[in-house]
Amino acid sequence: MPVLWIVIIILAMAAIGYVMGRQRALASAGGDPRNLHSLPSYYGSSVAIFTMVFSFLVLIVWLIVQPIVIENQVAANIPPEMVREGSTLGLMMSDVRRVADGLDQAVSQGAMDPEAASNIRAEFTDVRDRLGAIGVALGSDVGPAVLRAAQRYRSLNATGHMFMAVVVLGLAAAGFILAYLRSHKDFRARNVVETTIRYLLIGAASIAILTTIGIVLSLVFNTWEFFRLYSWTEFFFGTTWSPSFSGRGGSSELGFVPLLWGTLYISFIALAVSVPIGLFAAIYLSEYAGPHMRAIAKPLIEVLAGIPTIVYGLFALLTVGPMLLSVFGEGGLGWMQAGTAVMTAGLVMGIMLIPFVSSLSDDIINAVPQAMRDGSLGLGATHSETVRQVILPAALPGIVGAILLAASRAIGETMIVVLGAGAAAKLSLNPFEAMTTVTAKIVSQLTGDSDFASPEALVAFALGMTLFVITLGLNILALYIVRKYREQYD
Amino acid sequence: MKTMLTEADNTVATVPAAGPRDTKIKARKVQVYYGDTHAIKDVDVDLEDKAVTAFIGPSGCGKSTFLRCLNRMNDTIDVARVEGEITIDDEDIYDKKVDPVQLRAKVGMVFQKPNPFPKSIYDNVAYGPRIHGLAKSKADLDVIVEKSLRRGAIWDEVKDRLTAPGTGLSGGQQQRLCIARAVATEPEVLLMDEPCSALDPIATAKVEELIDELRESYTIVIVTHSMQQAARVSQRTAMFHLGELVEFGDTKEIFTNPTEKRTQDYITGRFG
Repeated sequence: MPVLWIVIIILAMAAIGYVMGRQRALASAGGDPRNLHSLPSYYGSSVAIFTMVFSFLVLIVWLIVQPIVIENQVAANIPPEMVREGSTLGLMMSDVRRVADGLDQAVSQGAMDPEAASNIRAEFTDVRDRLGAIGVALGSDVGPAVLRAAQRYRSLNATGHMFMAVVVLGLAAAGFILAYLRSHKDFRARNVVETTIRYLLIGAASIAILTTIGIVLSLVFNTWEFFRLYSWTEFFFGTTWSPSFSGRGGSSELGFVPLLWGTLYISFIALAVSVPIGLFAAIYLSEYAGPHMRAIAKPLIEVLAGIPTIVYGLFALLTVGPMLLSVFGEGGLGWMQAGTAVMTAGLVMGIMLIPFVSSLSDDIINAVPQAMRDGSLGLGATHSETVRQVILPAALPGIVGAILLAASRAIGETMIVVLGAGAAAKLSLNPFEAMTTVTAKIVSQLTGDSDFASPEALVAFALGMTLFVITLGLNILALYIVRKYREQYD
Repeated sequence: MKTMLTEADNTVATVPAAGPRDTKIKARKVQVYYGDTHAIKDVDVDLEDKAVTAFIGPSGCGKSTFLRCLNRMNDTIDVARVEGEITIDDEDIYDKKVDPVQLRAKVGMVFQKPNPFPKSIYDNVAYGPRIHGLAKSKADLDVIVEKSLRRGAIWDEVKDRLTAPGTGLSGGQQQRLCIARAVATEPEVLLMDEPCSALDPIATAKVEELIDELRESYTIVIVTHSMQQAARVSQRTAMFHLGELVEFGDTKEIFTNPTEKRTQDYITGRFG
């Protein structure tokens, strides 16, 4: 039975359960809701919940576990000597899966009857031809071992699905009956629903946390793998970045320093642009602008934050780069060779970060109590003296937090760099030269054909890990500073 | 500059015969609007030099609003509009030539809730003198700070920790620090907007004592909700109700023998 049908049946049972549970509870109270412990809808919900929760949980777990178990079973049944020369068990298993899928498709299209699909023998039938005829292309001829494994894979899968349907629907029915029988006027249905909701929320939160842990662990393990192939001193202290894809290891130089330099240089320029502009905009909006101006200007500035970074990248490549080139390039000062440069990417990234700085700073400046302003104005300070000497110092920790958050955004930015800064990993002080960043190099190391066992591909994880540690550090620092600031007025 | 207000100069009907003291602040037909709300109606009042005047009245009666007219703090509120004439030393403070910033240096203000800046105690007091350039040197500034803190009756408590943040003091100390801060710019008038409402009785007593001392050097106007406080610290009392000045006169007179029924009702706690 397909999974979709199982889901629909369970949902239908839950819906019926809701109505029936509600009615049974009402009936037990003599039709008067005031005699019930909880509102009638809670009794209905508790039946629906008992019908759905456990059956869906088992369904999800089963769907995840079954392929793994079957794969292991089938793989264990392939004798090692049957694995072809130059191939691996993993590659062979992917053949098995494709053949099994092909057979499934053949059966569903009517080109083979189910009997035949489970019984055909590679020795007598050209499976590749038969499957090719219905549009399933296979890379090589199907050997008897693969075919037999594929057939076993299919039959195990079919059995597994059947058991799954029985178990899941059985659970749903059991939950239904149990909860239905409990729907009595003294049953504390509201508390049951409340508890379920709590676990649901805990579940959502833990999925987010577990995913984060999973990502970090995958980064850690792959980074570990990389450092087994490549010396960590050369990675962290090497000043040359020249990966080679033809040779395996050895001939590549994977020095992290030029990438880090590019990242920091571009981020620095971006912050040099965005911090003053963003901060002044925030001061204007929160201290000087009237309510009408503010209502128009603030959303307009925040529109900048909604522009996809690839569009900024285009802007860098097509507008800012050529503009800078016409001033600093051959025709002008002669410092710049091409439109892609640190300055181009930095300027555009700075524009992108303005709303981050201004929006957060604006909130923080607004959070400075009016009493501070009154106190300063009451002493005969002018508006700008008040801003400079009282409001900004009071808001400074929060503003620093905002700037650090913007910095971690800048460090993690990719598209603008790819399009605006070029791809050359260089150690140079000239802001008009092309350079590249950690993120842009991660992209270029992993796009295209890459062998995930080579240091050239695995270095991406080491780069990602380092970047992650840097931005995490910045974020923690920012949060720490912002929190410390909050304590001042509460 | 200062004019003597004689008994003959009796344009204000509700003002009984004033004592032989100088008039520092004179208000005539003052109106304040907050948007469409008419918050202050036709207030005429003469405030004496070197004396404490208390503004009393139920909440929302406009006494704080009127106080804020005296140093043009209402200018900072967009929707507020002030009409009429207010003079300090016969100079119209709403004249175009008058710089509100200069005015506020001359008319200091202490707020309801202590609002020390998140700076050191020293910097809090030095703030005003610094922005007005009152000190020629660091030593000069030190002298001003010490003098102001002594005037604020808080010097002995903070002299050993001038670099500690002003926000770390207790509520009463913070308020006295704010008074010291206001005094440091050498104002002629001190406006106090319910300066003791956030303080406990002991701190209140200290601040009241301080107000009594400061009376010798400044014209003090204090808004208060406490009848006892008004009776204790002020020489003159003005009673506001619904934006109008109900009665104005010597404090003793107002508290013992008010002419208006509304004043009597308010003082005896029958409304407000």
